Amino acid sequence: MPVILDARGLCKNFGAVTAAAEVNAAIEKDSVVGLIGTNGAGKTTFINMITGYIKPDQGTIEYEGRDITPLPPRDITRLGICRSFQIPQLYPSLTVYENMLVGLGIVLRNARLAGFFHRREGDVPGYGKPAHEVAEHLLERFGLADYRDRNAQVLPGGARKLLDIALTMVAKPRILLLDEPTSGVSAQEKFGMMQMVLDAVRAEGATVLFVEHDMEVVSRFAQRVLAFYDGRIIADAPPQAALADENVRRYVSGNRA
Amino acid sequence: MRRDRTVVLVGVILAALLAGGPFLPQWAMFIVTIAFAQGLVALGLMLLLRAGLISFGQALYYCLGAYAAGALGRFVGIGDILVQMLAGALAAGTAAFILGFLLAKYRGIFFGLLSLALSMILYGLLVKNEALGSTDGFNILPSTLFGIRPGPDWVRYTVMASAAVVSLALALIVHRYLRTPLGRLAPAIKDNEIRVEYMGASARYAVHVKYVIAAVLAGVGGALAATTVGHIDPDMAFWTTSGEFIFVTILAGTGNVIAPFAGAFIYGAIRTTAYDLSPNTWQLSLGTALLLIIVFLPEGLWSLFKRHARHS
Repeated sequence: MPVILDARGLCKNFGAVTAAAEVNAAIEKDSVVGLIGTNGAGKTTFINMITGYIKPDQGTIEYEGRDITPLPPRDITRLGICRSFQIPQLYPSLTVYENMLVGLGIVLRNARLAGFFHRREGDVPGYGKPAHEVAEHLLERFGLADYRDRNAQVLPGGARKLLDIALTMVAKPRILLLDEPTSGVSAQEKFGMMQMVLDAVRAEGATVLFVEHDMEVVSRFAQRVLAFYDGRIIADAPPQAALADENVRRYVSGNRA
Repeated sequence: MRRDRTVVLVGVILAALLAGGPFLPQWAMFIVTIAFAQGLVALGLMLLLRAGLISFGQALYYCLGAYAAGALGRFVGIGDILVQMLAGALAAGTAAFILGFLLAKYRGIFFGLLSLALSMILYGLLVKNEALGSTDGFNILPSTLFGIRPGPDWVRYTVMASAAVVSLALALIVHRYLRTPLGRLAPAIKDNEIRVEYMGASARYAVHVKYVIAAVLAGVGGALAATTVGHIDPDMAFWTTSGEFIFVTILAGTGNVIAPFAGAFIYGAIRTTAYDLSPNTWQLSLGTALLLIIVFLPEGLWSLFKRHARHS
């Protein structure tokens, strides 16, 4: 598979704290990659650097051969790299459906398919359907149809997580970065939720990187694992091999041997 | 396609004013015209308020619009109502475009106080400016329309009719804007700018655009007020003037583009009545009115209309 995202030599320090030290990772198209590591190991920093929220002190990030390191988050989003958040970032005063429509409006505007002088809005790029149909379609896919007219503020935790991910899908991302998609979700629901998310994402065709602390979830859903420790990638292998790695067992998953 | 009720309502209001205008007493036409002028400013404030921004200095653009209209008469000799409004729009719009680069970065109290400070700078400049009449201001040329000067009985009607046509046309443009993706972004910016950025839009750009639109509306309103009253002075930029506009905006609510005009009209009516009944304590009556509205109609007068529409 061709490489879609290539991070080379990323370094980032926050004062005395090393958040990234020579991070190298080439992500293949359509793969599902799990990022593991203890808190403060550099997983979220890695995601933040890819999405332009934090600029690396050194190193470059190439997306389909193009250097995206200097771009602001909104430009990186427009190129097709979208993210969800550890704490869902929603529009709390709007309904679930309106949340989707705001996002779809941005997509249409960026594609110059809607605006003051457009008589009617065009179809959403990548979906070939009008915005309201795409909204319904995605809410259905993410199991949010029942919450359609509820305010985002009053959603249960799991639904908030799902809406946060559904919002990223409106732009038809090529790469999706999920920051702890199952955190705050009960152990029984984790697998079902992850399955639903990955089914939905793969149906639309996207490469996925997800941060996860539950090693069972990682070994079941990831095709490849990047293990972080102290700002470094200490293992980069398929789940079975990565989780069996001595360093990973010592520094990440706990010494259970 | 379903008929847009706002468009129908605008049509009805316009027709009623144009047809019924000649039968209104002069003072009533004055109140209606001033309500349009203030309603335009409030309409702009409504745009900002939807995005969670309160400008305590919108009088800056109101005053700029008025002085642009006045200067046109004083230095060029043009008194045409429509040209005055255009000049007001251009002056305010240009100033807001430039100042917007600074203001669009700020939110909350910082945005409010910075806008207040800017309006007080204009006030200070005007007070010191002899050529523009200092604290006394100056008189505006008698209003003309398309080069024709209406007879004394028809001046008020001509100004009111022009005000109605221009204001309602602008209201419809704003109504349309509110339905574009950029217009619909307002509550999203108020709620969560991080998400706005991570969906590929620039909150700062959206705020800048809203700020310029709001200023253009205020500029037209200022020009309109100038030609209606026939006199302008620096008090038009004073912070109490900005306060009045916020009063009208909160009174009206952010529900619909007609609301600010209705709010301005009701504000004018309350103020005139209060002044008539008790010249010394009219502020007290006005304050009580605002208090009652905030307590009982937190979404403004327009929510009354909406509630009614839902039941019918």
